[in-house]
Amino acid sequence: MKSEIYRSLGLSGEEYQKILEILEREPTPTELAMFSVEWSEHCGYTRSRNWLKLFPRIGRYQTFIGEDSGGIVVDDLAIMFKMESHNHPSQVEPKQGAATGVGGIIRDIFTTGARPIASLNSLRFGPLQDSYNRYLLTGVVDGIQFYGNCLGVPTVGGEIYFDESYTGNCLVNVMSIGIGKKGKLARARASGVGNSLMYVGASTGRDGIGGCSVLASQEFKEDEEKRPTVQIGDPFTEKCLIEATLEAIATGHIVGIKDMGAAGLTCSTSEMASAGESGVEIGLQLVPRRETDMEPWEVMMSESQERMLLCVKKGKEKEVEKIFTKWDLNAVVIGRVTEDGVVRVKDKGKIVAEIQAQALTEAPIYDMPYKKPDYLNESKRLDIDIIPESKDHNGVFLKLLGSPSISSKQWVYQQYDHMVQTNTIVLPGSDAAVLRLKGTDKAIAATIDCNSCYCYLNPYLGAQIAVAEAARNLVCSGAEPAALTDCLNFGNPEKPDRFWQFKSCVEGIAYACKFFEIPVVSGNVSFFNENPEGAIYPTPAIGMIGIIDDLTKVCTQYFKKENDIIILLGICKEELGGSEYIKEMHGLAKGDAPDLDLQLEQAVQHTALEAIRKGLVSSAHDCSEGGLAVALAECCISNREGMIGAVIDKLTFDITKDALLFGESQSRIILSCIKEYVHEIRNIARKNNAPFQIIGRTGSKEFKILSGGRELINLSLEKMAEKWAYSLESLISA
Amino acid sequence: MKFGIVVFPGSNCDRDCFYVIKDILNQSVKYIWHKDTRLDNIDCVVLPGGFSYGDYLRTGAIARFSLIMKRISEFAEGGKAVIGICNGFQILLEAGLLPGAMLRNRNLHFICKYVYIKTENNETPFTNLCKKNQILKIPIAHNEGNYYVDEDGLKELKRNKQIIFRYCNREGRTSSEFNPNGAIDNIAGIMNRKGNVLGMMPHPERSSESALGSNDGLLVFKSIVKWLEKNRIKD
Repeated sequence: MKSEIYRSLGLSGEEYQKILEILEREPTPTELAMFSVEWSEHCGYTRSRNWLKLFPRIGRYQTFIGEDSGGIVVDDLAIMFKMESHNHPSQVEPKQGAATGVGGIIRDIFTTGARPIASLNSLRFGPLQDSYNRYLLTGVVDGIQFYGNCLGVPTVGGEIYFDESYTGNCLVNVMSIGIGKKGKLARARASGVGNSLMYVGASTGRDGIGGCSVLASQEFKEDEEKRPTVQIGDPFTEKCLIEATLEAIATGHIVGIKDMGAAGLTCSTSEMASAGESGVEIGLQLVPRRETDMEPWEVMMSESQERMLLCVKKGKEKEVEKIFTKWDLNAVVIGRVTEDGVVRVKDKGKIVAEIQAQALTEAPIYDMPYKKPDYLNESKRLDIDIIPESKDHNGVFLKLLGSPSISSKQWVYQQYDHMVQTNTIVLPGSDAAVLRLKGTDKAIAATIDCNSCYCYLNPYLGAQIAVAEAARNLVCSGAEPAALTDCLNFGNPEKPDRFWQFKSCVEGIAYACKFFEIPVVSGNVSFFNENPEGAIYPTPAIGMIGIIDDLTKVCTQYFKKENDIIILLGICKEELGGSEYIKEMHGLAKGDAPDLDLQLEQAVQHTALEAIRKGLVSSAHDCSEGGLAVALAECCISNREGMIGAVIDKLTFDITKDALLFGESQSRIILSCIKEYVHEIRNIARKNNAPFQIIGRTGSKEFKILSGGRELINLSLEKMAEKWAYSLESLISA
Repeated sequence: MKFGIVVFPGSNCDRDCFYVIKDILNQSVKYIWHKDTRLDNIDCVVLPGGFSYGDYLRTGAIARFSLIMKRISEFAEGGKAVIGICNGFQILLEAGLLPGAMLRNRNLHFICKYVYIKTENNETPFTNLCKKNQILKIPIAHNEGNYYVDEDGLKELKRNKQIIFRYCNREGRTSSEFNPNGAIDNIAGIMNRKGNVLGMMPHPERSSESALGSNDGLLVFKSIVKWLEKNRIKD
């Protein structure tokens, strides 16, 4: 076979040799196509798998790690969740790329029998001054609202960041959460010789062919038309598919079920057979089509959306079919389970592919070489002394409040239905989204976090910070961090400096997770995020879930009452490396990531959580991008209807004013409480060894920060709110 | 009292309405599949929010041809209570059970947020527990909530006190800056002339528990229950 053919499918010469050895003959076109998608990085985790083994899989809650997603068990409920990327499709065609990103991850959840109850997302774009970046942002938001709103799954939270490194390669990571009954979850397995394979859902077309291999598992090259590899989403069909699938799983007639996402029918047949240690045989002519004259390999590779493959108990096919027909969906028996371990694909009786399922699913694993990137020698050198001390703190502060990464994301989240299903008890705009669990006294909190600039400057530490900050966000809502999912976005793994970033971030996540006893229950790796200028910042997005035992003890970030005492847990250090301040004001992404002391982090988190659980706290907010000043401002203005000012006049840290106001020292939480509770909170802090300091009090319609008797910041809430609330909108409509 | 919640393919607030009626109000309720043709023993029909048939054509344009809609028209003609929320309101407009039409929101975006609405008429089956001019805090979540009716139609609505809810601020001011979607005259909800069919864009089922930020929406459901009880005694 000519090498151009397999290379165009994304296979290397060695991989082709291996295929010849496995088959002991030349592959058919269909077989070659099947290997190319199953052995792609996207499906096979060929380069990442060895490193992902470092992640802990057990924690305080019982974990459930399935084929397509994972979760934890809380009482008799299984809380399933996973995050996945749809970066390249979104860069090529933002609306459909993002829409099908939502659709795909939600299918991974309900394929387990869990009802999807919420989505979150992590989005990253290049600066909005560039019109294509604005097109990407508005297109991606449109795609998410188009798909998610129609489904009736609320989009409850997330994060959006802007940095030059994402120009030419935006990131769209979507996390979905579902609730199922413990012990009633479905697996993605085909077993029981003679059981039927049923194809359900939308018909198959030519969309998305090569999506996982050619699009997701390669870098963008200039002048390449990749639009045909993007799938087209139909949320209405997906909504019907959710209802029908949950109904079908509840009958008990389903042996196994898998969504046809990346690599479509190839992935679902081979992975279900492999997981069930059996074989499958299908007849391609039976597959519902929406286009004529499709070649067998096209049918096997198509990534048409809203389709599932079911393994149904023999004799129960009619009953299952009836459920899907009721929802006007296809439901066709296309094959059966066999005992020989082979995936056999026939087209009108003629065999077009015959491969051992294990050979397809056990993709080659590569040990990639890695090397510390050269830029790190240079970037660490941030001489604070050469950065002039700012003169106009009010001006700097307002500029930060209006910077796209810090300003309110209201323009975005108001386009998402974040209330449907009536579980959202903390709406978007606080540290974490909180969803009650109907029929219990409990709630879950969810957040996504990653400061990729820290990860760029110090991958190992930056990744630890992402875990610590996600946990801190959950704690601020009153939740105990329980488990996480990740979406690891990196550049080309074949370049050793990129792979070093990946390896270091994985090690950082693993280390922090072990320390906090937070297991990684699911995740996704997205490599090849590069543009002609270079790689994106290493971006290991962390999606974390926490549990709130008593939903009357939920906390939010904004001040509640006048004359409350404002407390800072943690320490302000002389740190400006990687901060929004030096990025916005001096155009630098330099220095080291902030220091992280995990013991201190834990002390602060335990203190805040205990105080919230005892009902002592009026508000709790994590200090992150923009530092103490921005965090305090958010406490004042993020509840637009009841803004409350503050006077901060008791800060005693002996550091530069800029570091005090805008430095991003980790492990800091701002609490507010009534005067009577200060004593008890101080005792809790003392018990946990957490630094505790009263820094001011709430009240008035102004925001003031004083240090050493000097007024650093003095602004009206109205002025701050105006800047913070509408900056993003005005940048987008520029 | 029995409520019937119609389920079209693509409805997505059906379960939320069910939860409020059953778990919060302890009323009897069942789902009605769009292909059903009977409304036996049903006292009030709820057309829930969502994206019936994906709303790919025009909101509610296909749902109105569902088998159940013919029966619902007769049901309404007989003076029984029908409430359409969000997509349900859009379907009622398409079905001709309420006057006017929906346009896309003025800003051409989906809008999900809490708003305030003023109860313009509290002598209806749906608002009898509201005080006159009571301001309710209820969320909206829609793409097409920009209600339109021609000049004569608007006069007619006013004359017959068919405008039930108007968008306002927290203090009850109904000026255009408090109009989230561009609806004519800040209209958030109207009823038919007979006074037994209500369409409203805000979601009372999303604001029926204080844990969700407001329980003002519960007044709408409770009003219906009260009205049904009163009418049952009359029967």
